[in-house]
Amino acid sequence: MNDECVVRITVTVDENHSEQSGAEQPQSKGRRKFLTIATSVVGGVGVLGASVPFIGSLGPSAKAKADAADVEVDISSMEPGQLILVRWQSKPVWIVRRTPEILAELTIAEDKLRDPNSEKQQQPAFAKNRGRSLNDEYLILVGICTHLGCSPKHLKNGAMEQYVEGVRNGFFCPCHGSKFDMAGRVFKNVPAPLNLVVPRYHFINDTTVVIGSEAEVS
Amino acid sequence: MQKLMNWIEQRLPVKRVADMHAMQYPAPKNMNFWYVFGFLSMVVLVNQIISGIWLTMHYTPTAEGAFASVEFIMREVDYGYIIRHMHSTGASAFFIVVYLHMFRGMMYGSYQKPRELLWIFGMMIYLALMAEAFMGYVLPWGQMSYWGAQVIVSLFGAIPVIGPDLVIWIQGDYVVSGATLNRFFALHVIAVPLVIVILVFLHICALHEVGSNNPDGVSVKFKKDSLSKQDKTPFKIHQYYTNKHDYSDDVVPFFPYMVLKDFVALSVFLFGFCYVLFFAPEMGGKFLEHPNFEVANSLKTPEHIFPVWYFTPFYAILKAVPDKLFGIMAMFSAIVALFALPWIDRGHVRSWRYRSGFHKVNLLVFALVFVSLGYLGGTPQEAWKLIASQVLTLLYFSFFVLLFLYSKNEWTKPLPARITR
Repeated sequence: MNDECVVRITVTVDENHSEQSGAEQPQSKGRRKFLTIATSVVGGVGVLGASVPFIGSLGPSAKAKADAADVEVDISSMEPGQLILVRWQSKPVWIVRRTPEILAELTIAEDKLRDPNSEKQQQPAFAKNRGRSLNDEYLILVGICTHLGCSPKHLKNGAMEQYVEGVRNGFFCPCHGSKFDMAGRVFKNVPAPLNLVVPRYHFINDTTVVIGSEAEVS
Repeated sequence: MQKLMNWIEQRLPVKRVADMHAMQYPAPKNMNFWYVFGFLSMVVLVNQIISGIWLTMHYTPTAEGAFASVEFIMREVDYGYIIRHMHSTGASAFFIVVYLHMFRGMMYGSYQKPRELLWIFGMMIYLALMAEAFMGYVLPWGQMSYWGAQVIVSLFGAIPVIGPDLVIWIQGDYVVSGATLNRFFALHVIAVPLVIVILVFLHICALHEVGSNNPDGVSVKFKKDSLSKQDKTPFKIHQYYTNKHDYSDDVVPFFPYMVLKDFVALSVFLFGFCYVLFFAPEMGGKFLEHPNFEVANSLKTPEHIFPVWYFTPFYAILKAVPDKLFGIMAMFSAIVALFALPWIDRGHVRSWRYRSGFHKVNLLVFALVFVSLGYLGGTPQEAWKLIASQVLTLLYFSFFVLLFLYSKNEWTKPLPARITR
């Protein structure tokens, strides 16, 4: 009884199918497969296309890009040894007026540095020197640790000696203990992998520095 | 009334679902107080959702307005400080109950076959919860919010090649800024809670499919028709379960037996929760850190920065490794290892009651190491702490290595045929 039912139903389905499609074969696996693949591919491309605005809208807005403009800083009133903090692209930028003693200190612990010759691209070409600067008197750095982005502390007049023997001045990151010298060069055996970033900058006269771009070659 | 109920039941299986998952769900009768934390975490989730909705009614998700709007909630909105402290205390309470819930699973082997997927869903909830808590902590836009966000987002910068661009994309700016705050708000109030609710649903579905474990770790379900009538449970268990298995006289219906026990636990929990809520909402700087009462300043990092207490064990692991990429990898491995627990543990005896003394010691040491790492990660960096956290990091991972090694041929006690009386 049951078997009969099954047979009858099958036949009905087959009749319906051939009536609607007009095809001789009761069903075409090839066509089904083609449709599955075609709709998957078209649908997949559609999803990819639709994801573009969602992913793209998360990047920096036009306003954020415009806010990343150059900053002019007057350094005429800086005392020797002083550090001033400037805001550039919302980041802390340090300008330090280095004394001859501070500059002399750069040579004494170079064997303890990870990248003493600034081989890694953490500075514009003009700053690939011992002082990592255009003019050795002024050190200009982005004050963000290359480990996880905290802003290190400026330790001066011997305060650095507790962390590195014989080095009186430097930078120390309170978050994870990374250490840098007065050219922003990172010491070995700390979590920060790279020297601090030197931004692009140029002097428009003796007392004014522009952070964000290099002087145009005239 | 009965007619209305029938009318509904024919269209939506309310009673059937209630019977299956509560009134006639078979729960082992020896579940002890360790089994209340799943229920408590659901209660805390509800607390977070309700207090969170109320907070959004007064909060402003912009860099300019966020800090001031939280002050406004605290000072100007009637009962605003209670709602906010319900939410902030709830966050810490959530992690307390979840950590205890996870430790329960580890003690009684609740992650072992056949509950691997259940454990995975649980770990996914834990991961989503960490993301949720992190982004929530950014919203008040205090100093700790800002610099915490800076550090966590910077973690992605360690990914080779795409790292730096990825960080800018996550931030929506060249630094953590109002754009970052705004998207974290969207994720914190809509996206992640939705994910958590769905995962909790799946967690419970997976639990009810395989059945609850118990402190003895022995099964309460037996082959169909293998138990005599007096060995079978006298309670009415839903036919969904009894059609497939015989249930021994060791199960009770989830309602009312387990629910009432959970409510006793809830009242005890609420005593503690309300005490913190009313008398110590900052918990001495542990639940709400002091630098966060100062508005975010992108130019100045606070003297010491730590995450909130529930992240500090992983933070200590991060700090223990003096290399950026390896530090981050160590931190993530610490979580991945937990995901892999069902496959790391090759033993067949679930509960530590019947496992070797070595296993008990190993698990207790692991718990102690986790708490100690939490202490080290939440206090200022010092030389001895660096060495201590390095030792503890090794011990953390050695738990998994040792477990993998000894669990295959572990000396275990004979399992009882039935739950011990």
